[in-house]
Amino acid sequence: MKRWRWLIGAIALVGILAVIVWRPPPFLFYPKLPFVAFFGRALYVLVLASFLCLYRVARGPTSADRIVAVDLLGVMIIGLCAVLTITTQRSWYLDIGLAWALQSFITVLALSKFLEGKNFDA
Amino acid sequence: MLDWAGLLFVAVGLAFDIFGCIGLIRLPDVYLRLQAATKCITLGTCSILFGTFLVVGLTPGGIKALLCIFVIALTSPVAAHVIARSAHRAGIKLWEGTVADQYAEDQGRKA
Repeated sequence: MKRWRWLIGAIALVGILAVIVWRPPPFLFYPKLPFVAFFGRALYVLVLASFLCLYRVARGPTSADRIVAVDLLGVMIIGLCAVLTITTQRSWYLDIGLAWALQSFITVLALSKFLEGKNFDA
Repeated sequence: MLDWAGLLFVAVGLAFDIFGCIGLIRLPDVYLRLQAATKCITLGTCSILFGTFLVVGLTPGGIKALLCIFVIALTSPVAAHVIARSAHRAGIKLWEGTVADQYAEDQGRKA
């Protein structure tokens, strides 16, 4: 049963990645930019990785899993902001990324201190 | 030339990110997930930001990318350490295949 679930998950992941790679991205911000098709696909790969993190937030068995997934989501959004900076040539996306990094760090510290004193789920 | 180098850095960073997320889904335990995912995603995001710096160049965007690398490299290991320590102190069970628990041994408890 467990093997079948792993197999189904692997097939779904490889299928989504194949769709991302083989289909052209439907929006192009600056078509004269070099490698704009690659960076358009990189956005979709990062959004897929963010949804994998959100899956772990939704059904983590313990609350520490959720804290880990929120931390990693906060780190990965910064990469998304960087790719958006390349594709749109606007530098203020990295301002959002910087603020998100600092605020995610504070959030993780607060949640971890809240978890440390008590055992509020099994 | 710098465009190709930046594309290479961004591609390596994307690979590290997606493998880190697969580790976050796949592994059986909080500590193993932390171990697999935190280092992968930190290095992958730093690589994407350095590729951004190479593509964009010495503009405000590139300088902000370098600043983001500094902030992430400073805060992400600290956050991972804090999560692992608080999860251990909150009494979250380890995976049943775990061999050693040296933090509990240091505290004088039985592993």
